[in-house]
Amino acid sequence: MRIIWSTYLAAFLVGGLICLAGQVIYDRTKLTMGHILTGMVILGGILGGLGLYDPLIKFAGGGASMPIISFGNSLAKGAISEAGKTGPIGILTGMFELTSTGITAAIIFGFLAAIVCRSKG
Amino acid sequence: MSQKPLPTPEQARYQQLIKEMEPPARYTANALWAFFSGGLVCVIGQFFIDLYAAILHLPPVEASNPAVATMIMLGAILTAFGVFDRLARYAGAGLAVPVTGFANSMVSAALEYKQEGFIQGIGSKIFILSGSVITYGVVTAFFVGLIHALLKR
Repeated sequence: MRIIWSTYLAAFLVGGLICLAGQVIYDRTKLTMGHILTGMVILGGILGGLGLYDPLIKFAGGGASMPIISFGNSLAKGAISEAGKTGPIGILTGMFELTSTGITAAIIFGFLAAIVCRSKG
Repeated sequence: MSQKPLPTPEQARYQQLIKEMEPPARYTANALWAFFSGGLVCVIGQFFIDLYAAILHLPPVEASNPAVATMIMLGAILTAFGVFDRLARYAGAGLAVPVTGFANSMVSAALEYKQEGFIQGIGSKIFILSGSVITYGVVTAFFVGLIHALLKR
């Protein structure tokens, strides 16, 4: 296993700053966390379309690929790359190509948790 | 219902008193907590990326997929055991903005609406919080993809 410590430092700083931005927006505006996360996904889609988010992932690794912005980036990239191969229909077929892992995992774990546990709220 | 009656002088004084006694919002502390916890979550994610790159022999870009799934699993487990909310009280956006927050939104919704049954409860309402993220993400990506496809011609 190859560990590059500078990537960890970058992941900490970039990931931390993205979360800090979310917290500051949450504290200083009337927006809910749902608004903020939705906004971040839209931002990620636009940055992905412009090809600006992948360089950040290359630089910060998990610091850029763990925050929800990367979900929007992955949706856009899936749509774009499949559209490049199969034409405009690829926008539809490629949309979830990269994000299916996350969505599927969340559905399965959500379902299993609901079966096994009960609400703590 | 009729309009709210105007506050009596006594009520107004009481409201003023509440405002003065209220603890000041802890913006700086919240921001620092979000920064450190969010950074830590991403470092853990980076660790899983490296781990999967090594044991599955994947390039780092592809290793982030199983790493994201692992972080979602961790977020789901913490939510299911009721630990997530306790951590999130301090971490705030530090836990909400990474994929752990996505997992939390789905698992907590599934748990909360369990009592409404499998179909109308768990099945439909599992997306009640995360739905907007998926919807607007897909809408954005659709138009981004469309613009890309049109510009490529």
